[in-house]
Amino acid sequence: MFEGRSPILELQAITKSFGGVEALRGVDFALHPGEIHGLVGENGAGKSTLMKIIAGVHTEFSGRFLIDGQETHFRSARDAHAAGIAMVHQELSVAPDLTVAENVFLGNQPTNRLGLVQWRRMAREAGEQLARFGIDVDPMSRLGDLPIGLQQLIEIARVLFSGARIVILDEPTSALSPPEVERLFSTLRRLREEGTGIVFISHFIEDILRVSDTVTVFRNGRKVAETAASATTKGALIEAMIGRGGEALEHSYSDDLMLPRPSDSSVVLKVDQLSLARSLKDISFEARAGEVLGIYGFMGCGQQELSRILFGKLRPDGGTLVVEGKPKTFASTAAARRAGVALVPESRRAMLFHQEPVYKNISISILDRISALLLKPTQERDIAKRQVEQLQIRPPVVGLDLGMLSGGNQQKVALAKWLTYPPKLLVLCEPTRGMDVGAKNDVINIIRDLRAKGLAIIVLSTEPETVLSLADRILVLKRGALVREFANEPVSKDRLLEAA
Amino acid sequence: MASSETVPAAARRARGLAPFLRSQMRNIAPFLTLIILSAFFALSSPSFATLDNLGNILTQVSVTGIIAVGLTFVILCAEIDLSIASIANVTGIAVAYFTLQESYVNIPNIPLPGAAAILLAILLCAALGLVNALGLTVIGIPSFIMTLAMMQIAAGISALLVRGQIAYKVPGLITTLGSGSIGGIPWIVIVAAIMLLGGHLVLTYTRFGRYVYMVGGNREAAEYSGLNVKLILGAVMVISAVCSGIGGMLGVAHFGSAQQNEFDTYLLDSIAAVVVGGTSLFGGRGGIGNTIVGLFVLGVLNNGLDHVNIDSFLKILIRGVILLAALIINVYAQRLREKAAE
Repeated sequence: MFEGRSPILELQAITKSFGGVEALRGVDFALHPGEIHGLVGENGAGKSTLMKIIAGVHTEFSGRFLIDGQETHFRSARDAHAAGIAMVHQELSVAPDLTVAENVFLGNQPTNRLGLVQWRRMAREAGEQLARFGIDVDPMSRLGDLPIGLQQLIEIARVLFSGARIVILDEPTSALSPPEVERLFSTLRRLREEGTGIVFISHFIEDILRVSDTVTVFRNGRKVAETAASATTKGALIEAMIGRGGEALEHSYSDDLMLPRPSDSSVVLKVDQLSLARSLKDISFEARAGEVLGIYGFMGCGQQELSRILFGKLRPDGGTLVVEGKPKTFASTAAARRAGVALVPESRRAMLFHQEPVYKNISISILDRISALLLKPTQERDIAKRQVEQLQIRPPVVGLDLGMLSGGNQQKVALAKWLTYPPKLLVLCEPTRGMDVGAKNDVINIIRDLRAKGLAIIVLSTEPETVLSLADRILVLKRGALVREFANEPVSKDRLLEAA
Repeated sequence: MASSETVPAAARRARGLAPFLRSQMRNIAPFLTLIILSAFFALSSPSFATLDNLGNILTQVSVTGIIAVGLTFVILCAEIDLSIASIANVTGIAVAYFTLQESYVNIPNIPLPGAAAILLAILLCAALGLVNALGLTVIGIPSFIMTLAMMQIAAGISALLVRGQIAYKVPGLITTLGSGSIGGIPWIVIVAAIMLLGGHLVLTYTRFGRYVYMVGGNREAAEYSGLNVKLILGAVMVISAVCSGIGGMLGVAHFGSAQQNEFDTYLLDSIAAVVVGGTSLFGGRGGIGNTIVGLFVLGVLNNGLDHVNIDSFLKILIRGVILLAALIINVYAQRLREKAAE
């Protein structure tokens, strides 16, 4: 549909390598004004690398880079910004202690002739911009006080309204609730009318198909397909992404799924009347050996706080934790670990050492089991090699710095560090977020194996698919309170969304 | 055919070498600095490059070296200890305070047997380190501020102990280690070498050493891996204080007197040695090897400037400029490494 119109952005034969590994191989890419261009591909397929080249983050690469038909070379992200390119990164980058208005105008506050900030004008204009986006908040309230989903929307709004001609959105919908996604999409469509070129990266293929005009598929650093969104299907895209029959892997979960009868195995964790300031109210539940307990809720419902309390990172205001019959108050994460509790938080950055080799990342949590005083590097590497083999971590080189691995493989390393000496209770936050179908499936299988070994597992997620694909029993958390338990009954995505 | 294949292979090797050198810049730059400085002074002055003068340099950096061992642990954890010189001073004064002084020394002190005096002095510096540790981990005062307060507290204790006087006598063991020598090698150099080696072994081969690097590399990840981060941070503050105390006791014996403000220059020297050597101020990178190179850079610089007949007031300025250059390299090396890891 854009044939004959000249692209605002055109990349030709882009090749980029990191330390001898080619992340992009001869990729062509074009973006037209008024186009929403969806990008899909497994983790490590090269999507993010390409976007970082466009946004001026990676400045060394080979190939031609044209803007409005003019060959250009950015030397920094600032150059890209000046050329009208803006990017929303996957991770939230806002200033929580500043007001909503200050965040909207970050680095760009309206000033009078003396250089003083015009607060009233800033608040008014911020309010107007957000209203266009369907967000109704007091522009002078502190951003950090708002729910995470809303913070993310405000960040997106800031970028969308910054006047950029080319906007890149990297996984913008993963933290948003369905109505928030709707608002985002209607805004994107309006910007398209105004002639903005938009690149939209997501693992939610339905989202891509709903909002994009064109879809490009990446695999192993190559562009393997480019089609009009209206001319393809989810199954076809998945097949192109992973290069094998995808239908069997992706379950839609729109039909009812029958949860099993609750197990009567021993109770590993008993939580009673747990509460935390404004985040959690009277939470009580049990987790049993050999069972996966799913806890589902929208972003900001208190999942994160709950997981931190279970691992001794946060101290609750009230309530008790009983692990295997013994009441516990964890003074530190070390105490929780000794009691047999393990946590994999939602952010890989928060639990991995990017500048250290893979084997040190895997051994860090179990060092006290294999060495009293002196390190045993050979044993450490052997343990790491076994884990790398079992979890099929790629590349299978335990001496490689962790930062060289793709996101999905990093997530496997995050799991691997707990598995040599399995804990009694494993708490997983968003275990498959931001992962491609293949890696997601690997992680699901690993978790099922652990359940079979008799671990009590708690999976907390804001994605219904994640909970539905793993859990034997599901609790729904809404604004800090448990509102519904699904056990021994049919459940579906619709029913979960309804309860939350 | 063969030639068309060898060219890309060579190109690939070259591409692999540059990022490696970039990632190693924090180790290479200090070493190059040392070689350049040594070469410069050796060419400028015939008395510099002699075995005797090497002995001088080693002796001159020994006290700094002993203090810098503990400081290396602290900086690897991305913390700082500003109380090292004050703690060295108070420990040196304490060990003299518990030793019988000559009759003309007018200090109301408490003479004890030598072993008891040494033990009490060590306990004192360990206790001060523990206060640093508790302030940092339990109360949550940033180490910069906590140890700034401790700097003053330790100076205050020193002042109360000596009351403006000078003490001269320390226990026999300390006198030997501080100012004696064996087979022509000063004991203080041997002690410094043993402590540096010990620090290196602990950091490289023990579980605790690994924890220090991991806490420095990513504190949040260390906590999410179930490490007791506060315990590790507390331990490095105590280690730093005890190393400073040992340096202080031997220093007092080396100088032949114990008095107020005797160690003031050692704060900057020790921090400079660690940082000039290339240990990252952001934590997690570097080690005792870097500190040793840093000590030699400072030692060669201080000693060499004496040999080339330079205005002694200019020396201070030159040292400041060298420190600034090292800081620039330190920050730059971190950036290059992050780029290489990308």
